[in-house]
Amino acid sequence: MDQPTVDTIWDWLDQVPDPEIPVISLVDLGIIRDVRWEGDMLNVAVTPTYSGCPATSIINIDIETALRDRGIEKLTLTQQLSPPWTTDWLTEKGKAKLEEYGIAPPSPKGEPDRCPNCGGHDLERTSQFGSTPCKALWRCRDCLEPFDYFKCI
Amino acid sequence: MADQKALFEFLLRMGDNSLILGHRVSEWCGLSPVLEEDIALANTALDLIGQTQFWLGLAGEVEGKARSADDLAFLRDAWDFRNVLLVELPNGDFGQTLMRQFLYDAWSSIMLGRLMTSSDARVAEIAAKASKEVAYHVERSGDTVVGLGDGTEESHKRMQAALDYLWPYVGEMFDGDEVDAAMVAAGIAPDPAGLREEYDAFVGKVLNQATLTVPTDVFHHKGGRTGYMHTEHLGHLLTSMQWLQRAYPGATW
Repeated sequence: MDQPTVDTIWDWLDQVPDPEIPVISLVDLGIIRDVRWEGDMLNVAVTPTYSGCPATSIINIDIETALRDRGIEKLTLTQQLSPPWTTDWLTEKGKAKLEEYGIAPPSPKGEPDRCPNCGGHDLERTSQFGSTPCKALWRCRDCLEPFDYFKCI
Repeated sequence: MADQKALFEFLLRMGDNSLILGHRVSEWCGLSPVLEEDIALANTALDLIGQTQFWLGLAGEVEGKARSADDLAFLRDAWDFRNVLLVELPNGDFGQTLMRQFLYDAWSSIMLGRLMTSSDARVAEIAAKASKEVAYHVERSGDTVVGLGDGTEESHKRMQAALDYLWPYVGEMFDGDEVDAAMVAAGIAPDPAGLREEYDAFVGKVLNQATLTVPTDVFHHKGGRTGYMHTEHLGHLLTSMQWLQRAYPGATW
């Protein structure tokens, strides 16, 4: 087959869901740092969200599977630590999908803008940590529902 | 080029600190006083184990004997570990665990900040990644130390007891030897003693807010980071952490 363009590869990767938060793609999450052809070898650079995130190895398997299924035979995945991942790299599309899913997207002020369920602004933090390394637990005093907040780092 | 043996030792110290503390903290999983704290401790442990993979992974690379991070974590015995004694001490009660976490996080956040400008790009990269996570840890452990220290009569008493017990283990983090001298000479890492002033100022401020009194005795225990002599607790910890590789050598996932 003809060598797919880098843009095509990015599109394919944008269809690979994050294993923990499947409404957003790996591209939305901002962890795909580079896609490039070196001769007939495709190299994808991936950065971890958190050092100990257990999803990291699954993510690598998912990338490899997605690309091999589309006929990429020669593939290397490199781990890129620098610059370290930041929530600033989440795409706008990704942030909107997170909120729709019930997870408040990261906000530069360090706390959620509004309740992802009712849009209320009377919020309180229940824990700095949550069900995955990238989230914290919050509660809305308007609708009384707890919700996840995607931590800002 | 820096002395590779000294660099290997230095990386073991960094990796073993986060590994042993990460394992200790993970012992709380399912046992914490409330669910939110359980999740917080498990997440902290996870970050520390993740950082360990980077430090020990690089240590193995520098050593050049094809040992992976897993090999270094699971196939060494107590005398080969280079963590400070503070992190191998038993958890005690919840307050003691959080006090130990705070005393370590405070050191770690300052150390990682310095390492971000290391002359070794690999060290600087790991430090930049880890320091973001540790900034989050120290915010929480500091808040909890204040909350419990300046809490009820009972929680205050326990936090003061925890500080009195743990304080003699703080000094080891600022000890230096020929490994540190080699790291300083190569511009890879700072002289540990040079972190003390910033540490005392920061920790003193938080402990003061927590209405706790810093012990005045300057004696400190040592022997962990040099591997000269660990406490008896490390061996017990390893029997649990390394159980699988000890029972089934070479088992893979």
